[in-house]
Amino acid sequence: MSVLPIDHLELTEGWGGSVSAFGYVYRPNTIQGLREVFDLARQSNRHITFRGSARSYGDAAIGAENIILDTSRMNRILNWDPVSGIITVEPGVTIEQIWQYIIEDGWWPPVVPGTMYPTIGGCLGMNIHGKNNFKAGPIGDHVLSFDIMLPSGEIKTATPDTDSELFYSAISGFGMFGVFTSITMKMKKVHSGLLHVKAWTTKNLHELFEIYEKHIPSSDYLVGWVDCISSEEKLGRSIIHQANYFADGEDHNTAQTLRVSKQMLPDSILGIFPKSLVWILLYPFTNNLGMKFINWLRIFVSKLPIIGKPMYEQSHAEFAFLLDYVPGWKKSYGKGGLIQYQSFVPKEHAEKVFRKQIEMCQEAGMPSYLGVFKQHKPDKFLFTHAVDGFSLALDFKVTPQNREKLWDLCYKMNDLVLANGGRFYFAKDATLRPQDFRAFLGEETVKKFQELKKKYDPENIIQTELLRRLT
Amino acid sequence: MWAFSFATPFIDSLFTNPMSKNWKHAIVIGASGGIGEALVYELAKQGVSVGLIARRKDELARVASEAQKLLKGTHASDSRPTVKFLTFVHDVTHYSEVPALFQEITKQLGGLDLVIYNSGIMPLVAPDEFNFEKDKSIIDVNVLGAFAWLNEAAMRFKNAGSGTIVGISSIAGERGRRGMPAYMTSKAALTTYLESLRNRLSQFGVKVVTIKPGVIDTPMSKDSPNKLWLYSPEDAAREIINAAHRGVTVKYVPWKWRMVSFVLHCLPSFIFRRLNF
Repeated sequence: MSVLPIDHLELTEGWGGSVSAFGYVYRPNTIQGLREVFDLARQSNRHITFRGSARSYGDAAIGAENIILDTSRMNRILNWDPVSGIITVEPGVTIEQIWQYIIEDGWWPPVVPGTMYPTIGGCLGMNIHGKNNFKAGPIGDHVLSFDIMLPSGEIKTATPDTDSELFYSAISGFGMFGVFTSITMKMKKVHSGLLHVKAWTTKNLHELFEIYEKHIPSSDYLVGWVDCISSEEKLGRSIIHQANYFADGEDHNTAQTLRVSKQMLPDSILGIFPKSLVWILLYPFTNNLGMKFINWLRIFVSKLPIIGKPMYEQSHAEFAFLLDYVPGWKKSYGKGGLIQYQSFVPKEHAEKVFRKQIEMCQEAGMPSYLGVFKQHKPDKFLFTHAVDGFSLALDFKVTPQNREKLWDLCYKMNDLVLANGGRFYFAKDATLRPQDFRAFLGEETVKKFQELKKKYDPENIIQTELLRRLT
Repeated sequence: MWAFSFATPFIDSLFTNPMSKNWKHAIVIGASGGIGEALVYELAKQGVSVGLIARRKDELARVASEAQKLLKGTHASDSRPTVKFLTFVHDVTHYSEVPALFQEITKQLGGLDLVIYNSGIMPLVAPDEFNFEKDKSIIDVNVLGAFAWLNEAAMRFKNAGSGTIVGISSIAGERGRRGMPAYMTSKAALTTYLESLRNRLSQFGVKVVTIKPGVIDTPMSKDSPNKLWLYSPEDAAREIINAAHRGVTVKYVPWKWRMVSFVLHCLPSFIFRRLNF
């Protein structure tokens, strides 16, 4: 066995910071470079783990002592047609690069997550969704074709029509079959750099469902922030934000609003306090009492007549990338990091399940500090997380003291979600057990996964801690 | 200056984190008996996966299976559902094998947080014996073996920016007494090497812990005429792991030897050379 150079050893963390492992990181920037990394893995008898911006919360981009193939230097935009809105990119290109590249031509990515830093390769691997999932579907629905390098070194092209098996499994396949080398996608035409935004405050979870469902038909984006600390009749009180595109001709100042500089998130609060320091101010509040106060404050401010602003205009980037508002906010959760527990539950059971989840967290003394509510629709991808229903994402602080308790709580919530036909999302997951994996995908899909793995990666060379945990 | 030696545990405690580190993976070199064996058991009780290295295959297998029995069920949240005890037959004087073997062990363990170099030999030396081959064999195992293994560990931990290196030295290295010159030299060399390593690596977040056991009740000390304050390997192992958790610089096992060491260092040569021990 050949000895790997020790200077490639790096600590790789999940974005939540609650799981980490060392790996030998390689960052090739050419297709030949990708091949060499696969060869190196074979020579050194090690597994390979793909990593982009490492924005997955859990262990999806971690492989203990594996070779880590980091695609972040494969970040070239290969082709952009501003007439048809079709873009071809390398896998390490980030959402940030794309929107900044295309917005001045009047286009916007059709699906974006809550942060602009993930790579497109990672987004496809997880088949990410945005606040418009109920309408636009996941990102995979907007992919026209991709090239993927299998571990053998062979490059295959897949579209929804040609080689649809590879298309619908590599997208959503959490990087288990090969590494994307180029991705072609259709962007969304926008007629302004701004969005119409409306907000509603709801008294409780039931009202959240009512108001949310009422506004679905008239919304381009719809998302709910849920206070998971208040209980009883106020349980699940929330703020719903709706955003709609401008119609053609509505914005007379498109040359201004479509500029990248007009889209950018401000780097200070009120022009004075640098945002990069805000997490320090949040730090004393990341406990049950502090978050209770913050949640109360949010609801209180949202009800104020003028500051609450129930209707306003906001740039695409400001509305879409909420998670980038406070840079480094996860540091306020302390050294143990955080996990996000997101479950997807069919319409008919969603309210019951989410109410029970919030109650379970409160009973366990670990209420979630951030709850995000969205609607989804089913899609055709093989390992999809989407259901015809809703999802609730819950953030939990992890400490050495609560870790076991928290995982036990999540296991109980897994059982609840599965009993109601729910699903899970590999980009967020840190707490699924093998039986949960089998139960939510179904035995048939798990069998299909194993078949595909054998077909595309017969040596089983691609492995992550996520895979090791689930199988 | 040696007055400070009493103060070091207290000074240490000011700079070290009293909270135990959540170790998951360790390597024990010289794990088939004596202190090494007890160290493996102690780590097993704490749910740490261990790579066991020694020459004797059967003994290694015995220690690994005993360790497995001590294992308590670990929680799935640990992301270490399977604690393993892997055995590797290796002679520490085969220095060229070390780099590849070191990487193979870390790969199979899935990481590395702690390395303990415990290999050591102490052949008895007669008062009138001056045997080069014997002396060389002591240095080969006690010193050069340590260089081979701990240099690898140092490179990895330096890059990783974390990790703990523990070297089992001895109070025998404090001063050159009459018996066993090469053994004492080897332990003095190891102590100095570890101190140097500590000074090199502390800026990178790596802890280097020097352990100076007195007489421990192991096969090695069976034939030794000196049985002062005989200490059990289990107690020694517990104290060693504890010290490693806290990242102290020098730990005497048991602590009483710190006083002896102090007195030894105060003795001028014209007295010291007349003492028969």
